Order: sequence, then structure tokens, then C-alpha cells
Amino acid sequence: MSHIRKILIANRGEIACRVIATCQRLGIKTVAVFSDADRDALHVEMADEAVHIGPAAASESYLVADKIIAAAKQTGADAVHPGYGFLSENPEFSEACTKGDLIFIGPSGESMRAMALKGSAKQLMIDADVPVVPGYHGDDQSLETLTAEAKKIGLPVLIKAVAGGGGKGMRKVYKTSEIGPAIEAARREGENAFGNPKLLIEKLLEVPRHIEIQVFGDMDGNVVHLFERDCSLQRRHQKVVEEAPAPGLSAEMRREMGLAAVRAAEAISYVGAGTVEFIVDISKGLANAPYYFMEMNTRLQVEHPVTELITGQDLVEWQIMVAEGKPLPLAQDELEAYMQGHAVEVRLYAEDPENDFMPQTGTIGHFDPFAETVAGGRIDAGVRAGDSVSIHYDPMIGKLIAWGEDREQAINALTNLVSETPVTGLVTNRDFLFRILSHPAFKKGSVHTGFIEEHSAELLQETVKTPKEYALAAFAIVASRQNRYSASDPWQQVDNFRVNLTATEKLWFTTESGAFLTVEVIEDGHDFTAIIEDEPFYAENVSSEDGVLTLTQAGLRSRYFFSADVQSVTLVQENRTVFLKRHSRESGADEDSDGPGTLTAPMPGKILDVKVKNGDLVEKGAPLLVMEAMKMEQTITAPKDGCVAGLSLKVGDQVSGGAALLTIE
Amino acid sequence: MAVLQSSVVVDSAAFAENAAHMQTQVNDLKDKISVISLGGHDRAREKHLARGKLLPRDRVNTLLDPGSPFLELSQLAAFDMYGADIPAAGVITGIGLIEGQECMIVCNDATVKGGTYYPLTVKKHLRAQEIAAQNNLPCIYLVDSGGANLPNQDEVFPDRDHFGRIFYNQATMSSEGIPQIAVVMGSCTAGGAYVPAMADESIIVKDQATIFLAGPPLVKAATGEVVTAEELGGGDVHARISGVVDHLANDDYHALAIARKAVSNLNRNKTWAVKRRDPIDPKYDSNEIYGLVPKDTRQPYDVREIIARIVDGSEFDEFKKFYGETLVCGFAHIYGFPVGIVANNGVLFSESALKGAHFVELCAQRGIPLVFLQNITGFMVGKKYEQGGIARDGAKMVTAVACANVPKFTVLIGGSFGAGNYGMCGRAYSPRFLWMWPNARISVMGGEQAAGVLATVKRDGMEARGEAWSEKDESAFRKPITEMYETQGHPYYASARLWDDGVIDPADTRRVLGLGLSASMNAPIKPTKFGVFRM
Repeated sequence: MSHIRKILIANRGEIACRVIATCQRLGIKTVAVFSDADRDALHVEMADEAVHIGPAAASESYLVADKIIAAAKQTGADAVHPGYGFLSENPEFSEACTKGDLIFIGPSGESMRAMALKGSAKQLMIDADVPVVPGYHGDDQSLETLTAEAKKIGLPVLIKAVAGGGGKGMRKVYKTSEIGPAIEAARREGENAFGNPKLLIEKLLEVPRHIEIQVFGDMDGNVVHLFERDCSLQRRHQKVVEEAPAPGLSAEMRREMGLAAVRAAEAISYVGAGTVEFIVDISKGLANAPYYFMEMNTRLQVEHPVTELITGQDLVEWQIMVAEGKPLPLAQDELEAYMQGHAVEVRLYAEDPENDFMPQTGTIGHFDPFAETVAGGRIDAGVRAGDSVSIHYDPMIGKLIAWGEDREQAINALTNLVSETPVTGLVTNRDFLFRILSHPAFKKGSVHTGFIEEHSAELLQETVKTPKEYALAAFAIVASRQNRYSASDPWQQVDNFRVNLTATEKLWFTTESGAFLTVEVIEDGHDFTAIIEDEPFYAENVSSEDGVLTLTQAGLRSRYFFSADVQSVTLVQENRTVFLKRHSRESGADEDSDGPGTLTAPMPGKILDVKVKNGDLVEKGAPLLVMEAMKMEQTITAPKDGCVAGLSLKVGDQVSGGAALLTIE
Repeated sequence: MAVLQSSVVVDSAAFAENAAHMQTQVNDLKDKISVISLGGHDRAREKHLARGKLLPRDRVNTLLDPGSPFLELSQLAAFDMYGADIPAAGVITGIGLIEGQECMIVCNDATVKGGTYYPLTVKKHLRAQEIAAQNNLPCIYLVDSGGANLPNQDEVFPDRDHFGRIFYNQATMSSEGIPQIAVVMGSCTAGGAYVPAMADESIIVKDQATIFLAGPPLVKAATGEVVTAEELGGGDVHARISGVVDHLANDDYHALAIARKAVSNLNRNKTWAVKRRDPIDPKYDSNEIYGLVPKDTRQPYDVREIIARIVDGSEFDEFKKFYGETLVCGFAHIYGFPVGIVANNGVLFSESALKGAHFVELCAQRGIPLVFLQNITGFMVGKKYEQGGIARDGAKMVTAVACANVPKFTVLIGGSFGAGNYGMCGRAYSPRFLWMWPNARISVMGGEQAAGVLATVKRDGMEARGEAWSEKDESAFRKPITEMYETQGHPYYASARLWDDGVIDPADTRRVLGLGLSASMNAPIKPTKFGVFRM
């Protein structure tokens, strides 16, 4: 048994911060690693020491095992925690750590390899009596064999061309009579589209749920499970909402799946935290529903906090203890006694749900990872206000988690937490999460992997901005300026003072349709009026402090979170986040302007190349002609978008200075 | 510093009556300015907007730093003149902040008679340039004007302080290192073409603005050449071919953004030539000034009550408090700037004039800006005073005020009559700024006095010829004179003719003075050399 004194966290973002938090509580020193992009990141600030490991690209920093091991050596760390993602499931890295006399807080490379190869993992599971998705992957492709196998698996089944993709060469079969024709059709499509007629057959799970079991093994060969998590709510095959326990799961099924997961872990002599993922076919309901092994994740999962909240355990602490060679802190029957209540987690992403969940980048205006949360609430995050979400890494801002006596209470607590956690400055999925939590079907527990698609009409409604929101955005801009009243030069007193005229200011926005919207704000001390298309919005006692706008309208005092810069305003109230684009005043470069259509030769010279012909459509800046003059080559580019006309030059022609070359119409 | 203690009862009936009276006058002022601020009539504005142009006030607002103040000048220029509506004389002028730098902005209003220059338009433009020159403020011209107003050419074109002076000023200011930037946003014809041409840096809006010495009709008449305005002097012509402008903008917003960028590249630094303090608000509310000024102008009141509502912390270190008591002199701060205040508290006697001259000398010596609060019926008259040499003592004060080279600011808070106007730094004494309150009156003497003088002269003449003049006839003779003085002495009449830089709300006095003081700090304070004081 060895005692860990200093851990290097080979990760970034929220998981690095999460691991550091436990280490701090246990009195273990921490070492962070960081790339160029993370110089000022929260995990670097929180750690006792930090080592720079290269450029922003993960492939040159967080994924380079040698650099991380060198950093551990340099700082005298005795263990490495890999977090999730990056090198966490890389067997070579695990082994390299061990070889370098560093304790790798995770399973052995051997365990990882056993689970990494889908085919052999499946066989291991079958041997360990863990149910796997029934299917046929055999070489015998005769119609008879395939038909027999399909019947054996049990309808419905999916018949797929092995080389298939994008729905081609794929047939769902519900009736025995359809088996033959489906095989023929899939084979034909496979042959035609991919040049490979080989087929496989799998059990078709029409309404699947994703339920996973948290397992833990120690070096003495003991394995326990910490119950299940339901992670059925996914978009783009990524989880967004996770909860524990799984809604509606019977104690009997929990016990049965738990034992299956423990058998899976035991089959590979698993040490540390792992997750056995099952797919549950609930087409006939959850009671006694068939469940099948999908894969095992040999690391700590993103969604581990829900398990922590219902068991009262710190899984990172467990990982460290097990890595030190200590036995598991609790036995299975003890865990059963600890399990209490319900926990739900949502993942807050910088992404645009209205735009196919496109990842977003930008600088975070308002977000406090250390905010006081509502009772039972927890925020796990690795960024704070002012940090940027870049293209280099996962766009997750953080996780919001809440616990309750029962599922309803947990959902309510989490709903409150989401509404009290504004994020401004960039587009996020916050409102979308709020809508999921408020959706009746979710509240009922009717979750499955197609949930978001099924309810997309309600969940993905477009946020239509109201004139009032433009007025509020304008108030926020003007009120935040009033904070600077204390300036000592009367010219710096930003109150729009006008001689004998009311202080008014026009602010310009660009609406969704690209139209121009003018908001005229009339300031009377702290009472503001905004006029939008002749409609007035009046508010009293408007104030803005630290990104919080407060005002009174018709006797009602309300509060909004916001961030504003020259480009945009984000305004957040409860479940509603609106992102308003300002019409920029500072567009100031001259070259924004288009040139005249007719191009003339800048000086006498020879035509070296003609890149366009009459009638071509060209974009501004496109090369049109190459000239040689004064022994220099010069490219003539399009002064604006348009159509080429009046061109009669050919290569070798001599032109005089000022001669018309061509016209862009 | 000593803190002034107000002895005014703010909840008295008299206070309320005074306040209501002043409020009526301020309301009238603001109503008039609000109409003036719209610019030309509806049709002209709609036509302007339809061309994709911003209205002149929006141009100014877009040019300025967001939220920053704009010290507009002479809003009432040409008010009730020329038998037509020429709001603000068709040009908006004022000091505003661009990229943190105070600038003088001169913005033509094309919705007012095509932005053409009436005599007062010229005067207002030249006054703006004078302020810029005195205070070392970069000038930004937002040009959209048809040039000289042809029917008024005799009062616009030929004289020294006429149209040509605009370009003279541009050249001489540029020579002194005061940047001249022109943004051509509409027509810029004939003489007007020199505004961008004479500028240090110029910007033009494409497909909207034109610059030419002669427009297409004149070209056709002169040479028979047929050209479009765009071919003759459009943005592309001047940015790409003639080189008359330096930057080509797509629209008004773009042009103003380029202008802001141009200002950001001026490399200027504002340094305080005075010892500043942290500004604090006066102990007494500025709005209370309304109730201090008696409705009946003949009633005296203590000007210290006004000072207590203008200066920082109501702190005022008085000089020679017990000597020449009808003139109050002392040191104070406004927005942290040290100032010497000279304020009337009754008719000027020899002692008051001597004290004033002494105090002005002190301020000039120490480089402290001067603020004059004028409420003066004049110098004391009568045998005793003439023999005592009041003209000589008055002359000392006038000499001191005329020669003092520190920035001077004058506010007419009541009457401004006769030689009192001179001694208290009237327009002729070139204060950096001169503002009037709506209750102020300005004339060579009061209407009653003028009518009295003229009636006496007439009666003397008639009596010498042995004619009789009835009381009734005399009163009929006096009435139009009194009325004429009342009309001509009114602030609107004065401001329309640019005898001042604007009529202001008394409650804004502190702010307006603060802005003026701060703007004046852009120019160094030069030493003073006084003339001969008659002893």
C-alpha cells in the first residue's frame, strides 16, 4: 500500500477542478497541466502547481503522454488522475505511468484493452453471463442461415449491410414474411452502394433506454456497484440529462443489473471506477424489460455526481483510496443502506439548440461556478466569467446537479438551480435544459433515447425576441453606463447630458430578419423610457450592478441577468435567455466600401493572365487579371460582387495606363 | 474652505412663487428648444431620411462617445428672424466627446433650407470655430449644405466675418495644430467645397455626398458639358481620382465610425494646467435656484445663495468680504476646477470696482479661471460718484477683465445693463463662453431709464421752443421705447443674434460651467500682461 501525497491531474475544465476539490479536502497536493489556451484557466488557478504542456491543440498538449509524465516527474507527483476523455482510456498511458513509478488512478491497461475491443468484450460478457444484444455476425450468408438467425434472435430485427451507412442497406423487420425480401433488398443495396453484399443481423430495440451501472473494484478483487444512472436523454448521441435512480426501475431489476455489472467487472479483474452501460428495451414497458450490455467505460463518468448525491460518497476519494491499494470503503449491503433520494444532472453547453446543437464559442459574461446554490444543488464547472469557450475543447460550461427526497423534488430543485444560474455572453443550451426539466413527459419519467427528437416541437421552439426585450437590453446598456457617474471630469459623466433637451439616446439593434431596430432611450435620472416603433416602455428605478439589471414596471420589481458589449446583449430571466445583436458603430475600415464597376489599368503593362470571362459571376476580391508592369506582377481583383462584362483582353495584350480593362456589373 | 450657509427658507410662499415663475420661463425655453431640435419641417425630414441619411442630431449622437454629454451652443440662433423658421440657424454646433477627446462639432442641417448659410449661420459657424481656436479643440465638420444662402449674399459673402472666414479659420487653426476633420455627408457645393478640401483629413459618403465648385446646372451653363452630380463630384471621384477626400464610406454610420477613428489617431493629451480637487456636489440643491431669484426683478437677493448652489461642497473662500460689498469675489471649485468668482450683489461703486480689479489680477497672476455672475444695473451715478472718479475705477476693472488671460466664463443671471456689462466680462470681453438665464435681460440701460432719458431730452427741447407736452403724450411717447427695450433685451432676442452662447436652465449652470471649464483646459493658460491702469 502506498500513500498518495501529490496528484497530477492530466485533464482540464470541470473534471480537473472536481478532482482538485477532493484532493484539497483530503490534504493532497495537486498539479495542473495546461495548454497555451488554458494559461488563465480555473483548474490552473485552483491547483497548487501547474505545468505548461504545449499549444492549444489537444493533440499537442493534453493528449501527449510523455509531456504529462514529464510534468509529473518535474513536480514530484506520485500519482496521475486522468479525468475523463483525453488519455483516460488509453492503455499505453496507464502502463507508461506505472512504468514511470507513478500511480495511475484508474484501471490497468489490460482491463482497458479487454473492454476496448467490441468483439472480444462481447464474448467475455457472454462468458460471464452478462446479456448482450442478440445478433448474427457470421460468415455464412445463405438466405436460410440468415432467416434462421433472424428468427432465433426474435423479431423485430435489424438487417444491415456490414459496409452500410446513412440508412442504406438497412431493413427493419417486424414479420416473419418480411425476412426473405428484406435480406434480398439489403444485400442488393449493400452490393450496389458499397460493393459488399455481406449482412449482419441485430435485435431491433425500438424504444431503448440507456441505463448504466456504476461499479468499483479494489486490488483485493472486491467489486461493488453503486446502482444505476439513467442517461437516456441524448442529443447528437451525447448525454444532456442524467439521473439516479432510473425512473421506474424496480428494486429487483436494479439488483439484477447491478449483479450483471459486477460480473462484467470481475470478468476483467477490474480495479477502480467503471461504468457498465446497458441498453434496455422498453417497447413492452420497463417491468422485466430485457437489457443488454453495450460497453464498459473504464474511467470516471461525466455524470458521476448523481451517484454521489444519492449515496453520499465521493467517488474521486474512492478512486484515490483504491489506487493506494486500500480496500473499498463500503460493502454492497452497506451501500444499499446509504442509498437515498433522487438526483438529476443537466449538462450546460455552449451550443445552439435551435441550430442543430452547433457548438458555440465566445467569452463568458455572467457565470459563477462557485455560486451559492439552492438547497440540494451543486455546480461542477471549470470556467468562470471572463473565460472563453474556444474551438479547441469540449464546449461544456459545467454541470448543474440537484438532489431531492424524491424525483419530483430533485427536478424542482434543479429547475430552480437552472433559473438561478444565468449564463451570458454566448449562446448556450440553458433554456433548452429548462424546457426539458419542465416537460410533462419528462416529469412523468417517460424517458428514452428518442425523447428529444419526439418532443422537439416543444423543446426546440425558436426564441422570438419581443420589443420589450430590446427595451430591456437598451436599459441595461444605459444603466450600466450610469454606474460610471463618479468620474471626475464632467465630460466623462456619461448621462447623455444635453443642453435644454431631455437626455435621449438611440441604440441600434439587428433583428433576426436582419432588419434594423432603433430603440430610443429617454433618461430621467433612474427612470427610463424606451421607444420602439412609437411604442413606449417605461421603467422606474432602473439600476445595473455586476450584470444584474433591476427595474420596476407598473409596480412590479423584476430582475434580469445580462451582459453587454458593443456587439451584443444577452438578457436572462428565469427560463429565458435572449441574445440580441447590436448594430455595430465601429465598423470603421475603409475597404468595406465597394469600388466602381469599371476597372482601369493602374499603369501601362502587359496582360499575363486572364482568369475570368464575360458573364462570369465573381465575388469581391476575386482575382480577374494578372498584369506585368514595371517588372512587377500585379493582380487586378474584383472591386465588388457582380458579373464580368466588357472584357476583350487576352494574354500578351499590351495596355496603356488608365485603359479600361473590364466592368463588373 | 469656508462653507456657505444658506438662509433661504425653501418652504416659504415667496420661494414657491419665485420657483413657479422661473419654472414657467424654463418650460417655455425647453418647449422652444424641443421644437427647434426637430430641425426642418416634416416633409424635409422625411425626404432626408428617404435618402438613407441620418438626421443631423442623430449624426452628432452617433459621432459622440455613447452616453457622453454634448454642450450645444446657441440653440436659439436665428430664432424669430428672417421672417421664416430657420431652427438653430440651420447648423448644430457644440462640444462633444469623441474617443475621449473633446471636439468642436459643426453639423449642417440640410432639412433647414438645404443647409444653406444665412448670416447667422455664418456667425454661428465662426463662433464655433472661435471657441475651438481659443480652447484648442479639434474641429469636426459634418457637411451637408448648399453653401451660401443666395438671397442674403450681401450679408454672407463679402465681409471679413463672412463665409470666407470659415476657411481662413481652418487654415490658421490647422497651422496651430488644431485638427480639422470634415465628413461630407451630403452636398458640399461651391465655397462649401473648401471645407473638406481645407481639412486635414476628410471622409465622404459614397452615392450620397458630392463635392464640387460648380454643380451640374452651372457646368452646363458655363461649358455645355453634361454630367451627373456623382460623376462630377461623388465619393468615388474624390476618393479614387481627385484625392479631395481621404476616406470613402458606405453610409452615414460608416462615415462617422471613420471620423471617430480619425480622432482616435490625433495623438492628443489633455493635461490640467490647474490644481484639481476631487469634485463634490454642492451642499444645496441646484434646483433651489428657481426659488431664489425674485419674481420682481427690482427686489435684491444675496448672490451667495446662488454661488452655494453652483460650487463644489458650497465651499467659498471670500475675498475682501467687508469692502465694496456690492461685488462678491472669492475662490471656489467647480467640478474640481479652481475658479475665482466675481458676482454682483448690487450696483457697482468705486470700492466694488477696485476690489473686482484686484481680485481679477489675483486670478490672472495665479492662473485661476474666472467665473462672472452678472446681475448688474450699472455703475453708481451722481455728482458725488463722478467726482470720486467712478469712471476711473470702473476703467481699472474693465482693464483688468479685458487683459486677464485666464479662461473667463460669464453667466447673465439677471440684468446686464450699461458699463456693468463691460466690467463683468460681457460678450465684448471675449469670455470663453457666455450663457444667459431665461430671466436675464440685456441692454445699454433699462427700458424705463431709456424712455426717461429720451423723454427728458424731448421735453427739454419742446420747452426750449415754448411748446407744451402733456403727461398723456409723454406716456404715449415712452411706451414704445419701453416695449422695444423689453423685446430687445430678452434672452431669446439676444441669443437669436448670437450675443451669447445660449440660454440655459439655471439648474444646469454648474454642469455647463463644469463642461466649459474642462474643455478650456485643452489650451494652456497663458500669462497675462495688463495695460495701463488709470490711477
